[in-house]
Amino acid sequence: MRKNKFILLFALLLSLGLILAACGGGGSESESESEASGNEGDSEESSTDFSAAMVTDIGGVDDKSFNQSSWEGLKAWGEEHGLSKGNGIDYAQSNDKADYIPNLNRLIRDEYDLIFGIGFELKEDLQKVADQYPDTYFALVDDTIEADNGVSITFKEHQGSFLVGVAAALKTNTNKLGFVGGIDSPLINKFESGFIAGAKSVNPDIEIEVEYAESFGDAAKGKIIASNMYNNDIDIIYHASGGTGNGVFNEAKDLKQNDPDREIWVIGVDRDQHEEGQIGDHNVTLTSMVKRVDVAVQDVSNQTMNGEFPSGEVLEFGLEEEAISFATTNEEAMTDDIVSEVEEWQEKIASGEVEVPQTREETEAFVDGL
Amino acid sequence: MTKSNKLFTILIPIISVLLGLIAGAIIMLISGYNPILGYTALWNGAFGDAFTMGETVRRITPLLLTGLAVAFAFRTGLFNIGAEGQVIVGWLAAVWVGLAIDAPMIIHLPLAILASLAAGALWGFIPGLLKAKLGVHEVIVTIMMNYIALYSVNEIIRNVLTEQETTTDAISPSASLASEWLQGLTYFSRMHYGILIALFAAVTMWFIIQRTTIGYELKAVGFNQHASKYAGMNVSKNIILSMVISGAFAGLAGAMEGLGTYGTISIMSGFTNLGFDGIAVALLGANNAFGVILAAILFGVLKEGAGQMPTGAGVPTELVDIIIALIIFFVASSYIIRWILLRFKKEGK
Repeated sequence: MRKNKFILLFALLLSLGLILAACGGGGSESESESEASGNEGDSEESSTDFSAAMVTDIGGVDDKSFNQSSWEGLKAWGEEHGLSKGNGIDYAQSNDKADYIPNLNRLIRDEYDLIFGIGFELKEDLQKVADQYPDTYFALVDDTIEADNGVSITFKEHQGSFLVGVAAALKTNTNKLGFVGGIDSPLINKFESGFIAGAKSVNPDIEIEVEYAESFGDAAKGKIIASNMYNNDIDIIYHASGGTGNGVFNEAKDLKQNDPDREIWVIGVDRDQHEEGQIGDHNVTLTSMVKRVDVAVQDVSNQTMNGEFPSGEVLEFGLEEEAISFATTNEEAMTDDIVSEVEEWQEKIASGEVEVPQTREETEAFVDGL
Repeated sequence: MTKSNKLFTILIPIISVLLGLIAGAIIMLISGYNPILGYTALWNGAFGDAFTMGETVRRITPLLLTGLAVAFAFRTGLFNIGAEGQVIVGWLAAVWVGLAIDAPMIIHLPLAILASLAAGALWGFIPGLLKAKLGVHEVIVTIMMNYIALYSVNEIIRNVLTEQETTTDAISPSASLASEWLQGLTYFSRMHYGILIALFAAVTMWFIIQRTTIGYELKAVGFNQHASKYAGMNVSKNIILSMVISGAFAGLAGAMEGLGTYGTISIMSGFTNLGFDGIAVALLGANNAFGVILAAILFGVLKEGAGQMPTGAGVPTELVDIIIALIIFFVASSYIIRWILLRFKKEGK
């Protein structure tokens, strides 16, 4: 009798574990699917024996942000050349800063020709590995490495941030804007600087409150910051904070649901975050600063495969390469007037008439010069 | 009775680990993965070649020390959740000394290690003092101290050690635990001499607890504060001492990361989890120095091997977290295992 109880408990435990496993099942199922299609790819015979893989940062490959975007780019490139996951392309997910080196080495041992490190957190580790393995090509997204077998992929995020800053300045009713950053770092400062410069270019009297969450994955903190900002009459928040931004979206959606007439907006980052802002018939996503990491990843993969690896270069992807843009999916909010004005500024940046600041000092000088 | 008790303290963790692994295999099977492939990948990920072995040792090192930290406080009846924060301040202190001072290795390296010990000890001293003098529960204080450590250290890295950068410069080689010889031996893994320090720390803990008067008093306070007081022991002093030593162990774990693995300190977007994993290690190791060594090895192997599971067998790494959680669950519910064992024994008779 008592023994039965123990078996019952064990079964309960198992089912609990199973439920947990099932929660993560979505991802793994699609993984096995893609593996299945990988076998098909085998029979089709791939058009190249060149292979490429990537190591994510701790955001993970499904972060709805730039890790995901990179993987989409790599997948699209793979499809073009008859490659699939586990067969020519792959990714290694990092749950922890300590995982970067083992993950990089794993991919090196699996003899990938080109390995991407996604995110500035991998900088030191990728640099180290690139020096140790001179026969493999490495590419770092969002920061720079110095090696003959390395290439740095950076983006002109300040340009895109400038444009969404212009859009926000045109849209705001309260003349108060908010910026939520992930970690206070040179990279995120570029977003902040561009946004402030863009908004002030339209209306120098606009106030912009800047807050950093000190994390790219703390949605709860994002929600608290957003709640404070919206309470202080701020009506548009631009977030450059990865997963923390999900909290900003949640707060905006909650407020919108309680009071559908209230005009509050969020500006998304990296990908078009239109879906994230949907609540009932409304959408709180004004626009998004779109950073096409996938375009860059595809571009570098193609160059390397064709034997034109941009050795030791720092590639900068910006408006000209169409790797930076702003989203116009929310047609109700982004009226034609706003879009056309933002496009005007876009041309000014492209022609070099406006030099968008990248650091706080440059921003001060820029704002003083207005 | 005492003999069978001892047997149980050894048997229960082993049975828990086996049950955890079996449950993990069943979950893999039902989710449509091959458990044999999965565990093979896990094994290869931890012991596949010299590189992974080196990395496994590297991962074991800090876990061993945080495990000791939590176990030490447990012996005095204190729950040190603050190992996490103590790791972070220890890490910072070690790197700071490594960057700021210029000295020959024989002075520099011990100085950096001492700095990490002192920083961790200070971070343990504050909750210890509050607990001893004001009766503030150490769990609450240590949790808050974790956040103080995390955010202050980030601020110091940004504004004091660097100019708005995310990572400091590398420490000078004279303070580094890394060894080219070990790296050469293991194809550039980050294995470093810290493992020797960690093992030495384990022996130290065993010695303090089992062979000294201080250790006897600490244990006595852990068993019964009032009886200890009645016996003439200074309970406050022992509580503070226990937290200080516990904090020093955790601070040392930070030095392993700062002086050995990374040689730098970076802005952290969240906790390192070394301290929290230390709680699990201590639990599985039954708060015993040698148990902690074995538990740290197990967790290090599981965590390092997990990285190989997605690429090697298509199994998500999260599965290892589930297995670890189940192992801890079985350890915590040791009463059930104990009861079953007793029952089998009776039937045997």
